[in-house]
Amino acid sequence: MENWRKSPIVFMFTLLPPALWLTAFFVLPLSLLWLFSFGEKSGITGIDITWTLANYARALEPLYLGIFLKSLWIAGATALICLIIGLPVALAISFASTRTRPWLLLLIILPFWTNLLIRTYALIATLRGNGHVNSVLGWLWKIFGAQFTPLEILYTDGAVVTGLVYVHLPFMVLPVYAALDRIDRSLIEASLDLGAGHVRTFFTIIAPLAMPGIVSGVIITFIPAFGAYLTPDLLGGPDSQMIANVIDRQFKAANDWPFGAALSFILLYAAFFGLAMRGLIGRRAVMGRAP
Amino acid sequence: MNRSEGISGLRSALSRRRFMQGATAMGLTITAMPKFARAAAEEKLLNFYNWDTYIGETTLGDFTKATGIEVKIDLFAENDELFAKLREGNPGYDVIVPTNNWIPRLAEAGMLEPLDHSLIPNIRHITPRFMTDSSFDPGRKYSLPYMWGTIGIGYRKSKFPEPPASLKWLYDSDKYSGRISLMSECDFLLGMALKYLGHSINSADAAQIAQAEALIIKQKPHIKSFAEDNGQDLLASGEVDLVMEWSGDIAQLMAEDPDIGYVLPAEGGALWEDTLAIPKGAPHPQNAHAFINFIHDPEVNVGITNTVQYATPNQSAAAMMDKAYTQNSAIFPPEALLIKSETITYFGEKAIALRQEACTRIFAA
Repeated sequence: MENWRKSPIVFMFTLLPPALWLTAFFVLPLSLLWLFSFGEKSGITGIDITWTLANYARALEPLYLGIFLKSLWIAGATALICLIIGLPVALAISFASTRTRPWLLLLIILPFWTNLLIRTYALIATLRGNGHVNSVLGWLWKIFGAQFTPLEILYTDGAVVTGLVYVHLPFMVLPVYAALDRIDRSLIEASLDLGAGHVRTFFTIIAPLAMPGIVSGVIITFIPAFGAYLTPDLLGGPDSQMIANVIDRQFKAANDWPFGAALSFILLYAAFFGLAMRGLIGRRAVMGRAP
Repeated sequence: MNRSEGISGLRSALSRRRFMQGATAMGLTITAMPKFARAAAEEKLLNFYNWDTYIGETTLGDFTKATGIEVKIDLFAENDELFAKLREGNPGYDVIVPTNNWIPRLAEAGMLEPLDHSLIPNIRHITPRFMTDSSFDPGRKYSLPYMWGTIGIGYRKSKFPEPPASLKWLYDSDKYSGRISLMSECDFLLGMALKYLGHSINSADAAQIAQAEALIIKQKPHIKSFAEDNGQDLLASGEVDLVMEWSGDIAQLMAEDPDIGYVLPAEGGALWEDTLAIPKGAPHPQNAHAFINFIHDPEVNVGITNTVQYATPNQSAAAMMDKAYTQNSAIFPPEALLIKSETITYFGEKAIALRQEACTRIFAA
C-alpha cells in the first residue's frame, strides 16, 4: 500500500469513490454554472450559451465592484479581529496544563454543535434594542440614576462583523493551536534562558514557527466570511449588502442565472488567486530556508 | 488460484457481448417503467408546496380523514424560491401557492397545468369578482384564489396620536427616523415608492423607477432595516414603530397585541392575491383538484381563515365568520381606500431586470 505504482488496482479502488463523488457533485455542477456564466437569458427559463463576456463585463461595473470591495473590507475586518482574539486564546490553550487543555478545546468547539441560524438569532436577541446588552447597560445606568437611551447595535455593519467573528473564531483558534502545539518547547526555554523577554520570544521565536498555522487560520476565516450570506441578511442594516446577497437575488428574484454565475465565478477566481499566492509565498519561504 | 488468473477469469466472464446484452435489457426496462406506473390508479398521496403558517391547523388532517389521501407539505419563503425550484422541472409537487403576479410568468414559461373546473364544484362559493376580474389569469385557467390581502402600514398605536395613514412617513420624512422598516422585497419596495410619487405600482418606465430609487436612497438614513418578511417581529419587539407589511401578518399580531394598528395609506396600498395552482408534471393531478375543491368547502375555509387571518375570497365562508373578523379593518379595508389600491402584476422580464438593478443600487448606496 506504500506506492501507487506498485499496487495500481488498490489505488484505483480507493480513489474511485471520492473521485466519482467529486466529479458528480462538484466538477459537473460547477462546470454547468461556468458555462452559464458565458450565456444569455432566452425567454423566461432558457439560457443560451453564446460564449459572451457581457456578464463578466457587467460584474466589473462600479456598482458591483463596490459591493465586492465592501465584502472584502468586512471579511478582512472579520479575519483581523479573529486573529487578534484567536491568537491569545490559542496561546493560552497550548500553554495550559495537559489536564485542562481538552476542556478548553471543548469550550471552543461547543458552538459548532449548534446550528448557524440559531446562533445568529441568539445574537439578534442579544444585540437588539430590548436585548441583553441593552438591558444590562440600562440597569447599570439606572443604578447611577442616569438617563439611558438604548444603543443601536443591531442592523449595522458592526453587527455583521460581530456575527461573522462569533461564527468564525473557532476556525482561527484551531489551526493556530495545532501549529503552536508542534513547536519544540525547548526552543522557548532556550530563548528565555539566553535573556530574551517574553514579548521578544513571542515575536522572534513563536510567531515565525507558528506562521503556517496563522496563515491557514486567516485563509479559513477570510474566504467563508467573504461569501457570507446569512449573517448580513439577518444582522445587517439597510446598507450592509454583501456580494453573496446580490448573487442570491440574481438566481431568485432577478431570474438572471448567467449574471449570477459570472458573479459567483469571480468570487471563485479571487479565492483561487489567493490560495495560489499563499502557495507561491510558502514555497519561496521553504526554498529560502533550505541550506 | 493466483491473482492474475482470478482477474482474467472475471474479465472473460464479462465479455463485451454479454455486457451489451445486459445494458440493453436494463435500458428497455427503464424506458418501459413510467408507462406501467401511469396505467395504475393515482396513489393516495398529495405533495403540497406552501408558505409557512398558511394553512388551517387541522385542514390537512381533515382532508386525509375525508378522502384517505395523505398530504406531505413542503414550505417556501418567497415566490422566487418557488420559481427557482420549479424552473428546471417539477420535483414532484401537486399543488403550489404562488402570488398572483407570478401566474402570467409561470404560465408563459409553460410551468402550469390548466385547471379542470368541472372537478372543482366549490367554485360556486367564490366571490364572483375573483372569477371574472382577474387580468393576470383570464377565465381562471391556471389558478384559483386562495387568500387575498393588502400591503399597507403597520404601526404601534401608542406612539401615534392618529394613524400614520400616508406613505410620506415611510418614504419621505425624517419625523420617525430610525423607527421605520420597509420590505426588502423589490417589487413592493419600489412599487410603494412609485405609488407615493403618483405613478403606477407596476410601472416599467425607467425614468419613474429612477425617481423612486432616488427617493429611497434619500430616505435610507432614516430607515432602520429592510425587513425580509419579518417586519411584524420588529414591530412587536419594539425595534421600530412603523412598518410596511402584509395585512395578514399585522392582523395576526393585532390579535395578540392590542397596541398594534394597521392602515392603508391615503395614496392607496398594494393589492395582492395568493392563488392555488397545479404545476406541470404533477404526479397526482386528480388528488390536486380534490384538494383545491376541499379548501373551498365553506366550513374548511372558515377553519383556514380563522388561523391565517387573511381575507378569504370565499363568500360563503366569509358569511360564516364572526364580527371580529368581518369588521377588522386590517383584513377588510374600507372600500374607498381599496379602490385607490392597485393589484401587483407581472411586468415582464425587462422591467424586472430594470427594477432589480435599481434595488441593488439602493441596497449598495
